[in-house]
Amino acid sequence: MFKYILKRLGIAVVTIWLIATLTFFLMNMVPGGPFLSEKAVSPAAMAALEAKYGLDKPLLQQYVTYIGDALHGDFGDSLKQRGRTVTSIIATKFPVSARIGGLAVLAAFCIGVPLGCISAMNRGKLGDSIIIVIATCGIAVPSFVICTVLMYTFGVRLGWLPTLGLGSWKHYIMPVTALAFYPTAYITRLMRSSMLDVLGQDYMRTARAKGVSQFASLFKHALRNAILPVVTYLGPLLAYTVTGSFIVEKIFTIPGLGGEFIGSITNRDYTVIMGTTIFLATLMILMNVVVDIVYKLVDPRIKLK
Amino acid sequence: MSERLLKIEHLYQYFPAGGFGKHKKYVQAVDDVSFFINKGETLGLVGESGCGKTTTGRTLLRLYEPTKGRIVYDGKVLFDSGDVPVMDDDGKDILENGQPKFGAKTSVDMRPYRREMQIVFQDPYASLDPRMTVGDIVGEAIDIHKLASSKEERYNKIQSLLQCVGLNSEHANRYPHEFSGGQRQRVGIARALAVDPKFIVCDEPISALDVSIQAQVVNMFEDLQAEMGLTYLFIAHDLSVVKHISNRIGVMYLGKLVELADSYELIFHPVHPYTKSLISAIPIADPKTARANKRIALEGDVPSPLNPPSGCRFRTRCPYATEQCAAEVPKWREVSAGHYAACHHLEKA
Repeated sequence: MFKYILKRLGIAVVTIWLIATLTFFLMNMVPGGPFLSEKAVSPAAMAALEAKYGLDKPLLQQYVTYIGDALHGDFGDSLKQRGRTVTSIIATKFPVSARIGGLAVLAAFCIGVPLGCISAMNRGKLGDSIIIVIATCGIAVPSFVICTVLMYTFGVRLGWLPTLGLGSWKHYIMPVTALAFYPTAYITRLMRSSMLDVLGQDYMRTARAKGVSQFASLFKHALRNAILPVVTYLGPLLAYTVTGSFIVEKIFTIPGLGGEFIGSITNRDYTVIMGTTIFLATLMILMNVVVDIVYKLVDPRIKLK
Repeated sequence: MSERLLKIEHLYQYFPAGGFGKHKKYVQAVDDVSFFINKGETLGLVGESGCGKTTTGRTLLRLYEPTKGRIVYDGKVLFDSGDVPVMDDDGKDILENGQPKFGAKTSVDMRPYRREMQIVFQDPYASLDPRMTVGDIVGEAIDIHKLASSKEERYNKIQSLLQCVGLNSEHANRYPHEFSGGQRQRVGIARALAVDPKFIVCDEPISALDVSIQAQVVNMFEDLQAEMGLTYLFIAHDLSVVKHISNRIGVMYLGKLVELADSYELIFHPVHPYTKSLISAIPIADPKTARANKRIALEGDVPSPLNPPSGCRFRTRCPYATEQCAAEVPKWREVSAGHYAACHHLEKA
């Protein structure tokens, strides 16, 4: 087990390096630069800025310098936000996104799993059909539509919930709901199909023959076997959601990492692009390792090599 | 007369299979099957795939809710749909003033009976929960029926059960996937034995195993029966195995019981044309006898249980079929003492 984790971490480092390298060169191939704006900058000022951030040097040299600094934990300063380091940007914005994203994933899990189970157990009946229709809508409707509908209904018409910022717990309800919508629907469908599969298994009949009550057999036998696909989905979902959604953050004016990530790309804020990409990649890889370990705990048949 | 442990009277099991309203279709998996099993005996149940053997076994344990019929275990009615005639101990409908007598509608909670009636499933690969250790699979039944007062007692019980079926005590901490098919089937048997049952439905317990292991498991069933005084319903499609283990044998065809008799009687004096054909198909080790033996080969395939033939269900493949066979369902008759069959042409055949 320990050896396995070590091996995975080794592979992770290589993967992150590859992603960083690829991003670095692709980003520089895109036309434009951080200091090009509508307002014309004098060539002298431009040269001075480029010299300050080392952009005048050959690309390969820039790359070596960047990787060297990154290995020392220095991800550089933002090119557009004066006086802020990339590390400090991530450190202030990530907790905001993580809180909303984490809550959304928690909600999706806590609602999606029971809904999927109920749906599977009432297969073909009215309850199942209703849940399936809602879940299909949840997958099909894009998040900006959900955001707008939520905002219009609860924020504007009913006036129950605040529409911007993150002042109190009330502010969290709408963005978390909007973010949780898709994963809830997805988990419901995932859970339903895997539950249906498990309920038809012979060992469920064995449990019944033993005299296990329906309720107990559901928790002891069915759920443990059916949850595996959800666990698989949960890891990447968590990594993806806690790093923030550009759309939801924009609509509810939340100062999160998602907005920062997209903003840095449009601004050609090279250091922030690199920093956020590496951060997201690291998180994603880490979550996948965690998922594999959880797998092993949930299913004894899986061997980690 | 030996004591009846289990009586099945006019059991029907129809499964819905699509269609709406008037056109709703049913798979007639078990159709008017009646038999009894005496205490301590083994009743073999044979027939082709899809003839309803397994469904009968599962329905009489009420793993499936019967469509119609009556199930009596040890004198207690477990299920009665209230619309089938009550039978006496010899399997004849009880008549009152020339009219069949009906029982009261009953459906008892099966949980206390799960202790007494157990089942060993056919597929040892699928019937064990892959997430549980063998110890827990066996122990779960002990927990449910509160058969152990302490952790130690539970542990000892599991150990002795595993030893009883020829597994080692350290196997308790392993998972099903770490075992071979034969070992898994032993786990399945230990699991069934965990509650000290009196009656076990052995649902093709050996057909998924290698031939070399089949013999071991069959012998184990026999040893356990001798030790614990168990009663078996032994379902299989291999007549030579059933012949070996059973006191009496029932033959099923397309959801119906067609013949039932003592093993010896059934093998050497079959009366139903279907049974005759089945028995002629048992391989014989001695080539001389085999050559002298005439195979009665059946033509065609088994009709669909969705839409079985009218009258006698075997008539489409029966060499003796007449118009009467299409018009009337043959009666279940006692041909000689303890030998029952359902056919219009027993004399001819």
